[in-house]
Amino acid sequence: MNNQHGKPTPIGGPIMTPVMKICLTLAGTTAVMLVYRFIVGLGPVTNMSDGHPWGLWIAFDVVTGTALACGGYSIALLVYVFNKGKYHPLVRAAILTAALGYTLDLFGVIADLGRPWLTWKLPIFFWTWNLDSLQLMVGLCAMLYAAVLWIELAPVFMERWEQEDDKPRLQQFAKKWTPILMRAMPWLIALGILLPAMHQSSLGSMILLAGPKLHPLWHTGWLPFFFLISSMAMGYGIIVLETMWSRTVYHRYRETSILSALSGTIAVVLLVWVGIRLMNIVGTGKLGYALEFDLYSILFWLEVLLFLVPAIILMLRPARSDKDRGRLFMSAGLIITGGMLLRFSAYWFAFQPGDHWNYYFPSLFEIFVTVGFIAAEIAAFMYIIKRFPILTGRPSAALPT
Amino acid sequence: MNISRRGAFKVAAFGTAMVAGARKAEAREKKEAPADATGMLYDATMCIGCKACVAACRRANDLEFEKHSRLYDDPIDLTANTCNIIKFYENESESSFIKQQCMHCIDPACAAACMMGSFQKRQNGIVTWKPDRCIGCRYCQVACPFSIPKFEWDSATPAMVKCQMCLAKAGTTDEGQLNEVGQPACTEVCPRKAVIYGPYEELKAEALRRIAENPDRYEDHVYGLEEVGGTQVLYLTAKGIPFSKLGLPELGTEPVPALPVGLQHTIYKGFIAPVAVYGVIAGLVWRSRRQYDKAGEEVGA
Repeated sequence: MNNQHGKPTPIGGPIMTPVMKICLTLAGTTAVMLVYRFIVGLGPVTNMSDGHPWGLWIAFDVVTGTALACGGYSIALLVYVFNKGKYHPLVRAAILTAALGYTLDLFGVIADLGRPWLTWKLPIFFWTWNLDSLQLMVGLCAMLYAAVLWIELAPVFMERWEQEDDKPRLQQFAKKWTPILMRAMPWLIALGILLPAMHQSSLGSMILLAGPKLHPLWHTGWLPFFFLISSMAMGYGIIVLETMWSRTVYHRYRETSILSALSGTIAVVLLVWVGIRLMNIVGTGKLGYALEFDLYSILFWLEVLLFLVPAIILMLRPARSDKDRGRLFMSAGLIITGGMLLRFSAYWFAFQPGDHWNYYFPSLFEIFVTVGFIAAEIAAFMYIIKRFPILTGRPSAALPT
Repeated sequence: MNISRRGAFKVAAFGTAMVAGARKAEAREKKEAPADATGMLYDATMCIGCKACVAACRRANDLEFEKHSRLYDDPIDLTANTCNIIKFYENESESSFIKQQCMHCIDPACAAACMMGSFQKRQNGIVTWKPDRCIGCRYCQVACPFSIPKFEWDSATPAMVKCQMCLAKAGTTDEGQLNEVGQPACTEVCPRKAVIYGPYEELKAEALRRIAENPDRYEDHVYGLEEVGGTQVLYLTAKGIPFSKLGLPELGTEPVPALPVGLQHTIYKGFIAPVAVYGVIAGLVWRSRRQYDKAGEEVGA
């Protein structure tokens, strides 16, 4: 590893950029809207119903949002389990996005819950836990993982606090806890790999309880596997996009070559995924559903293509150098879209409560709240990378930072 | 390209290990109705559509009237205000009434879904909801194959509402009402005994007896005997009018929780697999961090 580029440093620069102002306005408006939602209930502001009890907030904020936050564990898996230390410069940014993603997932859940004032009982009242409940597994893993992510990220904040001589308390805290944290780190990192794997696969099992209401193309015992593997691939895609973004917006160079080297592996993973998806459909005699050319079969083939095409692109010509970053970018985009479509299908499009229920489409309120959550996440990300050592790579001298 | 296929294989193997059970998930043990199970039998051929049961249900459960027209009470579907409804099916040559309420499944999906056990099979195998452990996630609604549990969408403090066979008022937990009245309000008031209440085994025998004695009168199918592993509410319908026409979904015999819960308990049996995987990961992390240390590289998140 080239240490010259390896050390993460804060980006610096002004916080209140125009983008930041827009994000904060959106997030602030969302906060006000949510106050209103808690006064009037879910009915008046959302398009959810007794037939479609889960809407955009679950399908996107919770199920898809956490998958988009999987960069953290994809990279941790590589660096620590497959022992590829050269990917280490990517770790902090990935963990930060994961921490923000999972934190917002928890906020999203609270917004969606009908009786959120009892949520505190969930992690505490262990004697009431229903071990049959897939959602219990999902919920506990998400809570625990969000906590683990922030602890994993703590050294980032400690590093800065240690140098703040004008805040002796903070400095003392950081000096006292940093060595303890470092000793505990391997155990935390291992949790940070196990928990999201359990969480993402359980998200796949969770919707299987919809049973006959879930279209047969998605009602398969392999759904947890499809969710798990696709979440890893999405994590990779997110790291690619993040890296390109920090390169374009913050002029932090270096990192694409690392990602290019990964592309061949991802291609193999995607091919395995597509292979099992197809074999499973054929093996369980559901090919007929896939060949009906109705909405569901189209969604199914679109999903398969969104995984297959990037696999072929990366397989035929693995991205080798910086010049290939266009291809890398496109593949990452396709993988992420594919993973999102899989989740939207399972939790939304392919959920059919019965003919007498209207089709669900989110209300403007629901859409705005989701946008507001994303804006809050972007704002927090921008603030933290500017003030804390997250991004690696040398700032370009030619461009202002 | 140096990591490679082997690396990819490891990723895939990791994933497969997580769901190793997918293939051979032991079929979840089939559940039987509890010994004290009671239920209802609704005979569509005897119902005259008087809706006395709908009014009685409202009264017994303190549910508000529904107003969609100028009638004093005209529910059009089960809602958080209507736990019991009589619907009407008609085409050129035939017609039938149909009563709808919670089916009180023998292996209820709502209870499998519920994180802290708000929904459970309680006394007499009746599925009831307790408010003190419900956080309003609505997973029960997603899970129920009959879409029975209803959510108070227009309330800031919503409850989950459904028929609790008058064991408790809908949306509450004051158990014991059934014991005072002896039976649910709807069966108590039915003037034709089109819906009756009793021990589950007796109702099953009664339904089969009616079909056997009048094979020309009934479809040869007791709805709820096999559907989703059996329900404690049973239905009979007139010859020539299958249940699907009456709005009862066509369902298989496998309980809805069988696949996902079976899968879950196979993967997490005794919590051995996650602990083992955790140990392996922690070992690998420890090893690689030691190597990075030796190489003089920076560690930390």
